[in-house]
Amino acid sequence: MRILVMIVLLTTVAGSAVAEEGRLLYERYCAQCHGIEGTGKGINAPHMSVFPRDHTDRAEMMGRSDEELFRVIRNGGASINQSVLMPAWQHNLDDDQIHDLVRHMRELCCEE
Amino acid sequence: MPIIRWLPFCVLAALAAQAGADDAPRYFESGAGTDVAAFVTENCVACHTVKPSGNGPRSSASSPVQSGPPLYYAGDKYRQEWLRDWLQAPERIRPAGHYPPAHIQTTPDGDVIDEASLVTHPALDAELAEEVAGFLMTLTPYAERLAEEDYEPGSVSLRMGQMDFRRFKGCVACHEDVQGEGGKSGPELHSAWRRLQPEFIVSFVRSPVQWNQDTMMPALEMNDAAIHKLVDYLKTIAEE
Repeated sequence: MRILVMIVLLTTVAGSAVAEEGRLLYERYCAQCHGIEGTGKGINAPHMSVFPRDHTDRAEMMGRSDEELFRVIRNGGASINQSVLMPAWQHNLDDDQIHDLVRHMRELCCEE
Repeated sequence: MPIIRWLPFCVLAALAAQAGADDAPRYFESGAGTDVAAFVTENCVACHTVKPSGNGPRSSASSPVQSGPPLYYAGDKYRQEWLRDWLQAPERIRPAGHYPPAHIQTTPDGDVIDEASLVTHPALDAELAEEVAGFLMTLTPYAERLAEEDYEPGSVSLRMGQMDFRRFKGCVACHEDVQGEGGKSGPELHSAWRRLQPEFIVSFVRSPVQWNQDTMMPALEMNDAAIHKLVDYLKTIAEE
């Protein structure tokens, strides 16, 4: 029983560390265009010809799989025939970091 | 030879460890016997990194936030005359500061830059600016990288260059190519040609993370000809 409690606790702590990493990465790399809160209203947005995606739009985000989100962060908007204003982040972020970001985006759009 | 090249950084790094806390912006004057290396060490490290972060793991979200660009390769990056002039009359190059997330306020209409949180760079008098610029230009750990570049400045029409910068490459998302037109998170680029060595721009655009692993600048898949064309555009807008 005690071991079980330990496992649950450790998993929770590790989970929140991943969530925090995702949030910080989002703030550093994504918020400049998508906004700190993910609404697509970052400081660059008013100057762009295509508005950044609103990551809090549940309906729209539910239409995208985790794999698609991962791919567009890694390879850029052009890789899924979307705007070149969304660059490829594969040289700045490793795959684990991109997974953390996808996780954070799921929190923004789809978790209460 | 490599040891000699890195020596100034080792000295800076050693002294940096003893450097004091954040300095309020102020006006610096030179004086007889100013030791410029010590001056840089004592006054610049509060905001600028003065040593490379090594080849450790990739940039983490929790990497320390710097309020100014790294200076340990300043001599590979800047033009000396620009440094000298700018240090005497510093003007903001990055509309949202060096690390924009630290200067963003969220409002119902969208994020805005918290102007009050931006730090003003201290001004130096002419003599000290000359000396500091001269010292910074000795910091050239990546000189070989620049020597490998074969960029020859060319010309590109303003219209074609702008279309490339804005529509095809998307640089405008984060950078202004005309004052007041373009994104706010990256440094303004209408002054880039006057600020930066052309070979540095080429090398940095090709591989930003190679220069600064914490950079927010992404690498675009471009061949050298495409990079050279963008740099030609930066030259064209600077000469407008």
